[in-house]
Amino acid sequence: MATSTSTGRIRSLMNRRSFLTAAAGAAVSAPAILRHSRAYAETPKLRIGHVSPRTGPLAGFAEADDHILAGISKAYSGGIDNNGRAWAVEIISKDSQSNPNRAAEVSSELILNDEVDIIVAASTPDTVNPVSDQAEVNGTPCITTDCPWQPYFFGRNGVPDTGFQSTYHFFWGLEDVIASFLALWQHEGVAKKVGGLFPNDADGNAWGDAERGFPKPLAQAGFSLTDPGRYQPLSDNFTAQISAFKAAGVEVVTGNMIPPDFANFWSQAGQQGFKPKIVTIGKALLFPSVIASLGDRGVGLTSEIWWTPSHPFKSSLTGESARQLAEGYSSATGRPWTQPIGFKHALFEVVADVVKRAADLEDSEALVEAIRATSVDTIVGSVDWSKGPVKNVTKTPLVAGQWQKQGDKVDLVVTTNANAPQIPVGGELQLLS
Amino acid sequence: MEWVNAIVQGILIGGLYALFAAGLSLIFGVMRLVNIAHGDMIVAAAYVALVVVQATGLHPLASAVIVVPLMAALGYAMQRLLLNPTIGKDLLSPLLVTFGISVILQNGLLVAFTADSHRLAAGSIETASIQVAPGLALGVLPLVMFAASVLIIFGLELIFYRTSLGRAFRATSDDPEIAQLMKLDRNHVFGMAMALSAAIVAIAGIFLAIRTNFDPSAGPARLIFGFEAVIIGGLGNLWGTLAGGIALGVAQAIGAQISPGWQILAGHLVFFLVLAVRPRGLFPRMD
Repeated sequence: MATSTSTGRIRSLMNRRSFLTAAAGAAVSAPAILRHSRAYAETPKLRIGHVSPRTGPLAGFAEADDHILAGISKAYSGGIDNNGRAWAVEIISKDSQSNPNRAAEVSSELILNDEVDIIVAASTPDTVNPVSDQAEVNGTPCITTDCPWQPYFFGRNGVPDTGFQSTYHFFWGLEDVIASFLALWQHEGVAKKVGGLFPNDADGNAWGDAERGFPKPLAQAGFSLTDPGRYQPLSDNFTAQISAFKAAGVEVVTGNMIPPDFANFWSQAGQQGFKPKIVTIGKALLFPSVIASLGDRGVGLTSEIWWTPSHPFKSSLTGESARQLAEGYSSATGRPWTQPIGFKHALFEVVADVVKRAADLEDSEALVEAIRATSVDTIVGSVDWSKGPVKNVTKTPLVAGQWQKQGDKVDLVVTTNANAPQIPVGGELQLLS
Repeated sequence: MEWVNAIVQGILIGGLYALFAAGLSLIFGVMRLVNIAHGDMIVAAAYVALVVVQATGLHPLASAVIVVPLMAALGYAMQRLLLNPTIGKDLLSPLLVTFGISVILQNGLLVAFTADSHRLAAGSIETASIQVAPGLALGVLPLVMFAASVLIIFGLELIFYRTSLGRAFRATSDDPEIAQLMKLDRNHVFGMAMALSAAIVAIAGIFLAIRTNFDPSAGPARLIFGFEAVIIGGLGNLWGTLAGGIALGVAQAIGAQISPGWQILAGHLVFFLVLAVRPRGLFPRMD
């Protein structure tokens, strides 16, 4: 409670300060605008602000930033055509340090000092929400991704019918996770008994919520759910949960955990003789580095899948296929592909598409209008805000799959596409025990 | 049986907390310094172990042969170069220095190792267990950790009360000025205390790395339980620190058995209760 009030206070202070800076900035820069507008310059320049958690606990989401931005800058280097004129594009990228207050601060800098025309952001509510809030207050066009839409929309007090003015988002939602997981668990030989590990944080509370989370759809699909209650993240002991799961005969374990908590639970489960047949965990099992750290016990774990190199999509900007993008990253850095790569690329595809179509790039209203009318097939699927679950939100396909051993390395394989039939299935689910 | 199991597992976790706390307790006992960077030093030791294991192919537990002396040497250097110049009448300056070390360690590790989450694979020992009774299986790894923590505290007691180094520790702790009159070099004594603390930190780091995933920002969360174990057990009493760790582990296990949301809270409540009723801890040995 105390934290949220102080954040609120910081935010309102910030708004007041940003307003003062904006007012001062406007007063000083007004004569300059009168003298020469950039539309009359030789090659007019468009500025894009980009906020991303380069450092801190969320840094894994942004590890491909340098590679993706280099590729995007190359694609933009010839300029983007708008109404018959080529516009040079400059991307200004800032680090949120995985801190929502810092994210708000750098986005306000981007909007007020760097005077960016569009602002983009990705990776978790802690980045996406503060950036979008700053953009909304200043009327700056804003596109975000890589955060389930419920925390984005309801976390910012969105009203489904009204939506937001200038901020738009594309990703999937909790309902897609639930549908994908249920499809994954429809397997003969697995009892319909699910154990839930939901932490006491924004994600855990949403997943475990009796109304909007897992409990209701699970009951409707005939699964029983053993939910011992919300645990504190970074707990050292999961004995209570393991005993409850054993007592209930749980064969499927699900939840939304951070990697250290899952690793802890998983080794304790091994020590205490708890052997579920399917383990499907959100968040913790996204990154190959985590799976590698679990060794043999990482093989066979299942997770939601937003994007893989075998998704049948290609970039509208460079024409690269999903596989080419992922392999480009792997060969340039020597690191395995990760799911955020596709979405980071798609973010700039949407920007390029919007810039091409905008009626007047000098006018932020026109840019927002162009975002609203977007209908483009990107490397992560179709982005079209006329088809959203609520205003300002559109969804990309979500499937689920398993970390399977292929040769000497472990790769993420799509095993169910019930929720998005256009994504090809790469293999069959193998039970853990 | 569920409750017995919960309490036994809680006791084993308590051993881990005591391991996190022993080095902290030692430093506080000898130089009245709360080492804020203790948790980050544990994580740094985990990374050192990671590098050693990758370079030599040793089993993580065997890597202690290299990691422990290395960390001890680093601890000695850190004390002599960074902390000793600030230690004096003012308690705040060395505290702030350890705070700075904590920030530098976290960010330095991030630059060197990225934010990737790592773990040390220890093979079959990770999930091996001994079935004591139906519904009560004791993990081999938690048992090893508990035994290590008891042995370390036993060893520290021996050093403190049976060796000349221990006499120097106690003398400096009791009255640094008189100790210096007796030709004890305070700087060296403090350096040796930090070296010993860092050696224990090395073992805690190796166990942490085998037990669960760690990343550069994992340190501070480890500091809090260690700190609570020291306070519950009583300042300056090493066996008390073990008792404090076990009290914390059991309280958390009982809390979790009632509801998982109570796990961490129950530990904090016991800590609060001890502070309220016996502010100097359960078995204080120091004024």
